[in-house]
Amino acid sequence: MWRRILSLIIKEMLAIWRDPKGRAVILVPPLLQLVIFAFAMTMEVRNVDIAVLNLDTGSRGRDVEAGILGASPFDEVIGLQSVSQIQEVIDSQRVIAVVHIGQDFTRRIETGQSADVQIILDGRKSNASQIANSYLSGIISRVSATAYPGGSAPEAIRIRHWFNPNLEYAWFTLPGLVATITLLTTIIVTALSVARERELGTFDQLLVSPLRPIEIVVGKSAPGLIFGYMHGTFFILVAVFGFKIPFAGSLLALYGSMFFYLLAVIGIGLFISAISSTQQQAILGAFVFASPAVLLSGFMSPVENMPGWMQLATQINPLRHFLHISQGVFLKDLPLSEVVRSTVPLILIAMVTLPASAWLLRKTSS
Amino acid sequence: MNRPRLPAPLRRTLSLARKETFQIIRDPSSILIAFILPLILLLLFGFGISLDANSIRIGMVVKDARADARSLVQAFEASEYFEIVTAFDQSALEPSLVSGQLRGLVVIPPDFTERLHRRDPAPIEVLTDGSQPNTAQFVANYAQGVYAVWQTRQLGDAALTPPAAITPQPRFWFNAELTSRYNLVPGSTAVVMTIIGTLLTALVIAREWERGTMEAVLATPVSRVELLLSKIVPYFILGMSSLVLCTLAAVFVFDVPFRGSVLALAAVAAAFLVPALGQGLLISAATKNQFVAAQLALFTGFLPATLLSGFIFEISAMPLPIRTVTTVIPARYFVTSLQTLFLAGDVWSVLWPAIAKMLAVGAFFLALTWLATPKRIA
Repeated sequence: MWRRILSLIIKEMLAIWRDPKGRAVILVPPLLQLVIFAFAMTMEVRNVDIAVLNLDTGSRGRDVEAGILGASPFDEVIGLQSVSQIQEVIDSQRVIAVVHIGQDFTRRIETGQSADVQIILDGRKSNASQIANSYLSGIISRVSATAYPGGSAPEAIRIRHWFNPNLEYAWFTLPGLVATITLLTTIIVTALSVARERELGTFDQLLVSPLRPIEIVVGKSAPGLIFGYMHGTFFILVAVFGFKIPFAGSLLALYGSMFFYLLAVIGIGLFISAISSTQQQAILGAFVFASPAVLLSGFMSPVENMPGWMQLATQINPLRHFLHISQGVFLKDLPLSEVVRSTVPLILIAMVTLPASAWLLRKTSS
Repeated sequence: MNRPRLPAPLRRTLSLARKETFQIIRDPSSILIAFILPLILLLLFGFGISLDANSIRIGMVVKDARADARSLVQAFEASEYFEIVTAFDQSALEPSLVSGQLRGLVVIPPDFTERLHRRDPAPIEVLTDGSQPNTAQFVANYAQGVYAVWQTRQLGDAALTPPAAITPQPRFWFNAELTSRYNLVPGSTAVVMTIIGTLLTALVIAREWERGTMEAVLATPVSRVELLLSKIVPYFILGMSSLVLCTLAAVFVFDVPFRGSVLALAAVAAAFLVPALGQGLLISAATKNQFVAAQLALFTGFLPATLLSGFIFEISAMPLPIRTVTTVIPARYFVTSLQTLFLAGDVWSVLWPAIAKMLAVGAFFLALTWLATPKRIA
């Protein structure tokens, strides 16, 4: 039995590798996604322009301006002359924010009174403007600290970011990619496997061969498992050596839970395969599954921000659980008990999807 | 020749367009892409993606039991941004920070009261879960906000004047509450229209090439322009109907304000469909194979429209090579226009350049398609 399965696995791998389309599926998406996700997925603010409207004639207004000029995230600082210009530069998205310093700014400070600096931000870019606001507020508090003779309100809170001290977004993205890329690779490889044979008409030959249905399922699962592990490993290496992200946890725990994760995904891939009659349908099926899976995993935005019913729905999403494991093991040295707790849902999903797809496969091919 | 002179090309185009429409409606996988997938995506983007961290779960380690510390804990508990779990010992809460059940810890040290009254710097400490950088940033900002408000009130109660300070007064225009849904839902229209314009078009027409029915049409007196037009019109109408659907959903289901004019919206959407359809046609004409067309459309249409359009991730923060690539992604201009139309109104200084750039990209795609479509069978 094992020899039969092994030769089927070898056949499956060769079928993918010898087909130029299959090779493209294996090689192109992960590289493309590495570029797009690793470099483009960022919530930081860089290369944006801001404007300053300084109506104050004193030195304090210039201090604020100097602070802004020295700040790294802003590309160009435009000087405005009148309040009427604010709307124009914001509306046309010429700048993300306008810092408005009033006429009596220095006078108020010198007489010991509090003073305001108005910051007008473009709410169309809610995330970027929020970050720009915290940069600008930081600059203003620093000016504030030196502006008053007795010093002003001291820094109130000390903030430390654990697991990622500089809040680098790549530290979030790359461990996440280990989970997302393996999902995409495995689902496409598996979904195409039966559909390809159906298209070529060789699936019937496979069915009349001495192989039992369970052996066919194992043979069809193996390429997804192997390519899933290969891509997962590739992204771990890129993260650790390319992006210098510290790997804090246990590699064994990550690889162990990845096994059940891949099985769960393979079950879904075979399911898609069973209901598709052509490779094109299989690709679309994989896409219809993968986009919600990625969107509702916590990779694009945190699960806890979703409405309650949707959070519940994410429980059946294997990516959600494995994303937690992958990011946790990578950055936080997630304890084994926690890894197991998130692996159990993966095992349950696999226990449903694998038999269901085997059953469906038999039903649609007879 | 007694055929009517002028109407002939028009008639031919129209009947081909009718044929195309039937072809879309009769195929279940087209229905899936044209109607079901857009609906699913719209709901997912509307409900599923939210960058608004409302009520983040954080822990408070309270090592000082006196009145000031208790009042600070109450201030955090009253904040709508946080859901608080308290403990006296930091080690009791640290495992929850590791497992992700808590996104931050606020530590009130044993000598908090003294430090507060001495006006020492940093009487409290905030630890965040940096593995979620965006949430960590919010935890830090909100905690600072809660503390600042509490401190001012506390000093006021003690009849002390708060020390003079320069206070930043942020005003977020167009979206005062910074509801991320207001930006994301209009942006998702671009993704939905890309699916119809590029993916559906590429697939259905690639199928015709694959089956050889395209050659059959080419063998008739139909000219290339008529053929391309007849392909574009049905998908254009389908794309515009999806715009209506998305806009209605945005306004009535997701409560996004619409401050622009319908006419401007229609103009921008029509301009976007030119490159979207052009790309779909080009892919089908260049690949002539459904499977490759599906993959290409996903990777050059759907993915960039989702990730490189500025819809979720800020383009300005991307590295230069990627920023350069985004200048030829039509969805980028469409997303900006949609966000402006919904939240700010008809700002023509944003809309005109966007329309011009989308049409330019569209003209380029259509020109390439025209070249890739053989005049006659070789």
